[in-house]
Amino acid sequence: MSTTDPVVAPAEPNPVLTALRDAALWAAITLLLTGPVVGLGTVASSGTYVFVQRWGLVLSMTAIVFVVRFLLMMTIWRDRAPGPRKVVADLPKSLEFLRELFIPVAVLLAFSYPFISVWLTGGMTTGRYWIDLGVLVLTYILLGWGLNIVVGLAGLLDLGYVAFYAVGAYTFALLSLNFDLSFWVCLPIAGVIAAMWGVLLGFPVLRLRGDYLAIVTLAFGEIIRLVLINWREFTQGASGINRIPRPGFFGLDFVPSGPASFAQFFGIPFSPVHRLIFFYYVTLVLAFVVLLVTIRLRRLPIGRAWEALREDEIACRSLGISVVNTKLTAFALGAMFGGFAGAVFAARQGYISPQDFTFLQSALVLAIVVLGGLGSNLGVVFSAIVLIGGVELLRNLGFLKQIFGPEFDPTTYRMLIFGLLMVVIMVWRPRGLISSRSPSVFLKEKKTVSAEMVHEGRG
Amino acid sequence: MADGRDLILRVEHLTMRFGGLVAVEDLSFDAYRGEITAIIGPNGAGKTTVFNCITGFYKPSEGRIALVHGDPSVLSGIDRLTMEGGQSLQAEGGALFLLERMPDFRVSQKARVARTFQNIRLFGGMTLLENLMVAQHNKLMVASGYTALALLGLGGYRGSEREALDKASYWLTRVGLIDRADEPAAGLSYGAQRRLEIARAMCTDPVLLCLDEPAAGLNPRESAELNELLLFIRREHDTSLLLIEHDMSVVMEISDHVVVLDYGRKISDGAPVEVRNDPNVIAAYLGVEESEVEEVVQEVVQEAAT
Repeated sequence: MSTTDPVVAPAEPNPVLTALRDAALWAAITLLLTGPVVGLGTVASSGTYVFVQRWGLVLSMTAIVFVVRFLLMMTIWRDRAPGPRKVVADLPKSLEFLRELFIPVAVLLAFSYPFISVWLTGGMTTGRYWIDLGVLVLTYILLGWGLNIVVGLAGLLDLGYVAFYAVGAYTFALLSLNFDLSFWVCLPIAGVIAAMWGVLLGFPVLRLRGDYLAIVTLAFGEIIRLVLINWREFTQGASGINRIPRPGFFGLDFVPSGPASFAQFFGIPFSPVHRLIFFYYVTLVLAFVVLLVTIRLRRLPIGRAWEALREDEIACRSLGISVVNTKLTAFALGAMFGGFAGAVFAARQGYISPQDFTFLQSALVLAIVVLGGLGSNLGVVFSAIVLIGGVELLRNLGFLKQIFGPEFDPTTYRMLIFGLLMVVIMVWRPRGLISSRSPSVFLKEKKTVSAEMVHEGRG
Repeated sequence: MADGRDLILRVEHLTMRFGGLVAVEDLSFDAYRGEITAIIGPNGAGKTTVFNCITGFYKPSEGRIALVHGDPSVLSGIDRLTMEGGQSLQAEGGALFLLERMPDFRVSQKARVARTFQNIRLFGGMTLLENLMVAQHNKLMVASGYTALALLGLGGYRGSEREALDKASYWLTRVGLIDRADEPAAGLSYGAQRRLEIARAMCTDPVLLCLDEPAAGLNPRESAELNELLLFIRREHDTSLLLIEHDMSVVMEISDHVVVLDYGRKISDGAPVEVRNDPNVIAAYLGVEESEVEEVVQEVVQEAAT
């Protein structure tokens, strides 16, 4: 071929045609997926099941996908170049100050959240739902931060994390019921006992890696749950432990009246929500303590050793690092934070049973850590808000009835949307919401390490 | 020693079997303080296996590996130590370690033997500086009161961290990577990764540094820089070197003492010049029958003369 030949440019495809073809493909996939799942169904009606067909709903879903996809292709994605995309654009210089402001604003928001929700919903009783949701999200953030040490930093895949949550909850429940110990005494004990179980799990799995480690930790979680069910004399079995004493506020109880009543002492009208707000702050303060400890540990030799272990275990051994000690401290600390979360959970609920500590909980906490970005504390916060708060909010999708007709019950699609959300996030950001790693120490300038360089850990 | 050289490492009757495969058979050699000892041999001769035995990654099937700190007269206690089943012996002016009895991380921590790997093993997602900080883990752990004190802000951890950063800066400057201290190690070129791995090993303050094919994959310029770095380490630091190479030309230039392996056995041992002219070595490298060795030697000598 002669070098003077002009390079023939490929024919520019008609953008409308391309968009139409693409939208049609997506609509076809939607039709295929929603056909059996949404189109066919059974409805319980006076004792029997009636077979129903909802083809109108299927068609409207398909139509929505077609239109939205077509519009996106014609507008935002019009000039999309082939090849790898830069997923997140850097902030423009003029908006750089937002990054600085973000953390203080988030902290302020976290501390004023109960009052904001009471104020916005116009009353204690109406704000209750939101505060309750806040406590739930915080509990999962606490669990996520604990598991993040094991999975995110040390790279040890733990599928049985719920075991430590259960140990913490049962430790508090049993100690306070049997020995009449207060919440504040039980909290550190719950942490320490959970940490002991962490070490106990750590020993047999020291030599295991990757999938094998995951399977054994999964089994460990199940063992704890089964022991809780079957050791009836000790744990009261599957019926659970009821009437766990509630912690008070510096000797004041959250009761309507009496000399030690919180409401009476401060001269405010009694509301059962006070207790909930109190729990919100207990969880929040505990979460901040855990966060500060984690941030500090990351900058100490032990934190660096955890990350080095995730990067290359053999190199660690060649540098004189005891893999046994390093792995066990990671397991113990992660378990301890899980134990704290468990004690808070038991105190808030007042009732715990083995059903609260199923594998699904482990999977959910792991999903929070993975979706947040392995090793990122901020990522855990975002993904806990999205996965716990967001999915909880899906219960309030009544307005969808106006789109899909009165027979459409959005709550039945909650888990479907939850799954979709996870898939979308992982496609959008394969290494989690916050995937870059921030170095623990620097000489001149702190540069974040891109996710491609960081190992996920096979330990 | 008789010729005024201080012994640092003594390998005696080392045998390593993997099932039916004998990787190293009855190997004995000595390495001396302040020298660069090279282990050479064709591919598959068992060089890396010897390294893994010395650094505790393999437990040898048979044999004894003794490492000496300070005065070599501590060697007199070796038989008693072996009989008593101990791992190390502290004496006035020195210490003795039986490396084959120590777990891998203790070999680095207590006996202060550092190593690099044939296929570079860096902490890729961590910065160059962090890599060198991890290497000073044990010292920093003690300084941080095993995390507990430093977590509460007690003790003199800040000062120790400063020292560790200074040492890391020193070695980064030495290997010419100080400008890239805050970049991830995985982003370095191959040659730079090799240098960083040596710097990381040196941050553990070793008395013996074991380098597994440090020149593999380097271009001639990088190779020359590496030689300079190794000679610097030998000259300025109290560190002896043990290195594996199968490229003879590199070895001849910098090493003081060469041990040649073939099929897991030692076939030659001595100064580079002696080894180069050893007919056994020539045969192993050129792959000829015993009977033809004489012929080959003649050829080589003639070629050298012309």
